[in-house]
Amino acid sequence: MRLQRRALIRSLIAAAAILAVPRWLFASRPDKAFDADNADTVISDLFDSPLIESDQVTLKVPDIAENGAVVPVTVSTDLSDVESISMIVDNNPTPLVALFELSPQSVGEVSVRMKMGESSVVRTVVKAGGQYYTASKEVKVTIGGCGG
Amino acid sequence: MGSPIKIRAKIKDDIAEVKALMPHPMESGVRVDADTGEAIPKHYIQEVVCKHNGNVVTKAFWGTGVSKDPYMAFKFKGAKPGDKLEISWRDNTGDTSVKEITFK
Repeated sequence: MRLQRRALIRSLIAAAAILAVPRWLFASRPDKAFDADNADTVISDLFDSPLIESDQVTLKVPDIAENGAVVPVTVSTDLSDVESISMIVDNNPTPLVALFELSPQSVGEVSVRMKMGESSVVRTVVKAGGQYYTASKEVKVTIGGCGG
Repeated sequence: MGSPIKIRAKIKDDIAEVKALMPHPMESGVRVDADTGEAIPKHYIQEVVCKHNGNVVTKAFWGTGVSKDPYMAFKFKGAKPGDKLEISWRDNTGDTSVKEITFK
C-alpha cells in the first residue's frame, strides 16, 4: 500500500515536471487582438511593456505598393532569443495581420504577403528576451487590396 | 480538407530555408458579392504550424490581412538531410490542410 502511494507520488512529480511550461511553449491565437479595429488596441492587447525603437529590427516592405492585395513583407533581426514577430498595418480594418511565434531553433527572419486597403504605416514588433522592439515604415498604396 | 500546401525547402550552411504556398481564398468578410449585393463571409487561415521532426519550430497566427493564397517563408537551425518538415493550417471554418516533406 505504502509503496504504491510512493510510486503514485513519484509519477505525480514526474507529470508536474513535464507540465512545467518552458518560456517558448506556444501560446494560443490572440483572437481579441486580431479582431481589434485600431493599432493602439492591438499593441496594448499584445504587448505588456513599452515598445523600443530598434535598428536591430529590419522591416523590408516596398515604399510604393502598386497592388494593395499583395504587399510582400520580410522582418529580420539580429537580436537573440527572438520569441515572436508581428506585423501591423495601421489603416487596415483589422490592423493585426500576422503574429509568428518562434522557437529557440528559429532564425529571426519571417516573410509573408499582406493586404493593404490604403496607404498606411506598417509596423513590426519583435519580442526578444522579454522586451519588445519595433520598426515602422510608411507604405503608399496605389490600388487598394480590400475592394477586390 | 483544404487545398494542398506547396513547400520549397533547402538546407544551406546548417540553416533550413523554407517557403510555403497555401492556396486559400482568404476572404476578409469585407468584400461584397457584385451580383447578389451580399457580403462574402469571412473565410481565412487562422493558424499555421511548422514542425521539424515532430517539434514545433514556428507557429503563425493570421488575421484577415494576409493575402489570398498565402505565402510565407521562415528559417531554422539544426536541419539535416532526411529530416522531416510538416506544415499544417487551420482556417476559421475548421478546415485544415497538412503537408510533410523530407529534406534533401
